[in-house]
Amino acid sequence: MVTLVKSEVRVPINSGADILTARLAGRQLASDVGFNNSDLTVIATAISEVARNIVQYARKGEIILGVVQDGNKRGLRVEARDDGPGIPNIELAMQDGYSTGGGLGLGLPGTRRLMDELQVDSKMGRGTTVVATKWIR
Amino acid sequence: MRVPILKQGGYLIASIQSALSDQDLLQLRDDLAERAGRFRSRGIIIDVTVLDIMDSFACRTLRSIAYILRLRGAETAIVGIQPEVAFAMVQLGLALGEVQTALDLEEGLALLNQRTQLGNAGEK
Amino acid sequence: MEGRRMQRVPGAVMEVSAESTAALLRELVAHLRENRTQLREEWVRRIAESKLLAAMTREEIFAEATSVYDNYVAVLESGSVEALQAYARDLSERIIPRGVETHEVVGIVLLLRDVLARSLFKKYQSDFGLLNRVLDAYEPAANRIANTVAVSFVQERERIIRQQQEAIRELSTPVLQVRERLLILPIIGVIDPQRARQVTEQLLRGIRANRAKVVVIDITGVPAVDSTVANHLVQTVDASRLMGATVIVTGLSSEIAQTLVTIGVDLSKMKTVGDLQGGIEEAERLLGYKVMMEQTADKLP
Repeated sequence: MVTLVKSEVRVPINSGADILTARLAGRQLASDVGFNNSDLTVIATAISEVARNIVQYARKGEIILGVVQDGNKRGLRVEARDDGPGIPNIELAMQDGYSTGGGLGLGLPGTRRLMDELQVDSKMGRGTTVVATKWIR
Repeated sequence: MRVPILKQGGYLIASIQSALSDQDLLQLRDDLAERAGRFRSRGIIIDVTVLDIMDSFACRTLRSIAYILRLRGAETAIVGIQPEVAFAMVQLGLALGEVQTALDLEEGLALLNQRTQLGNAGEK
Repeated sequence: MEGRRMQRVPGAVMEVSAESTAALLRELVAHLRENRTQLREEWVRRIAESKLLAAMTREEIFAEATSVYDNYVAVLESGSVEALQAYARDLSERIIPRGVETHEVVGIVLLLRDVLARSLFKKYQSDFGLLNRVLDAYEPAANRIANTVAVSFVQERERIIRQQQEAIRELSTPVLQVRERLLILPIIGVIDPQRARQVTEQLLRGIRANRAKVVVIDITGVPAVDSTVANHLVQTVDASRLMGATVIVTGLSSEIAQTLVTIGVDLSKMKTVGDLQGGIEEAERLLGYKVMMEQTADKLP
């Protein structure tokens, strides 16, 4: 059973500048949890991608970072939440190569490779929540 | 935070000093394009040693910088991608495509020398 | 983690305010401080009797017991476990290499809890109501302490185990520098995703440390080359190229390569050569070395 270890860190995402804030906060928290250097970079990259999606598709939202525990393993949970237009076809968005923004799309398949778990919850017109977790190996 | 750009003979060297915001990257693109035109540079080195991550935006922007500079007759080399950054990049599925990469400044200059066939450190 | 439930003396249940609990805690902390010497000795004696901490000498146990006792009382007083967590991690770091195990650490903390509880019994036994209130104040705090120490110990232990495993994995896949700017990575054995990750990270760090321009990865010793292994290889090749190094993969037979391409693995960015020797020669060619042809003795049939 996954439980939250201490109170979450919330980073509002209102513009591109907040992406950097979010990933620095994530790096710091992940470092406190005990992730190694390589994982810190991986986590910061994942946060940058999901935060960027918020900026690009929803214009504003929030990144919520939390330290989680499941039995003996500890990890970092990254939640990217927005009230944007939503993802029309989540399945399609999870396929490599899919893109509407003229770039690498939402980077969701890539983000899933970076993290250990990824869940996407999206309703058209009501917003999107992406939750990704990485555990200390 | 504006990225300092040094001129070394026929080359420009952009040395990134800290984590860059999206705005900073776009500013870098404009500064390099302007300077490469003004000095008729044959080669550009962008040193990303200090960058803590390379995400899809940074990747796209670097590729577009290389593209723009090539239109102005300059070859670009990205140097100093760190092991952790390279690792995260390939997991995310990012590629720099045709943009050349080298280990560090020294290797980058050697690479540009080869490709622009200017010989000694880009002296004109 | 369950502690042994302390015996409760039946008595009138009274309304207890937060202030009176705090006042009681202060009183019992004072009592524990006053009787520090004798209570600590009794605790150490019971530790020896129970044969816990067998890996430590009597002097060492005494020294640690003093610190633990003082920390214990300090937490009862302040209510804050942060200092205790820090101390517990520090203690764990020191005693884990000595072979002290979780049940021992839990055991001694519970012993201390009981030694102190009995001391409180003795002091307040003439007033059952007061004794109950004192225990109400003491019990939850004492259990929290036991829990904190145990969890800190286990986490520290896991951290150390992870570090050791990482070190072992690094030793088992050495990145070899045979010439300037050339690294060889012979991979032997089964590659699970975790090991693949670790090997790639090690190689990339090696490229930076040795300023390698060419890397030869030999997978002759990998028993099963499936699409997962192949994808790890492709990732490793791509990441190495981002650092300016060229990768040559050796030991990948053309049949396997064919199969992988059919499955859809993109091997086009990989230079492949049949065997390791051939790969090294190709690498040297890329680096511009003159290949030295050695006269070899007749090979035995």
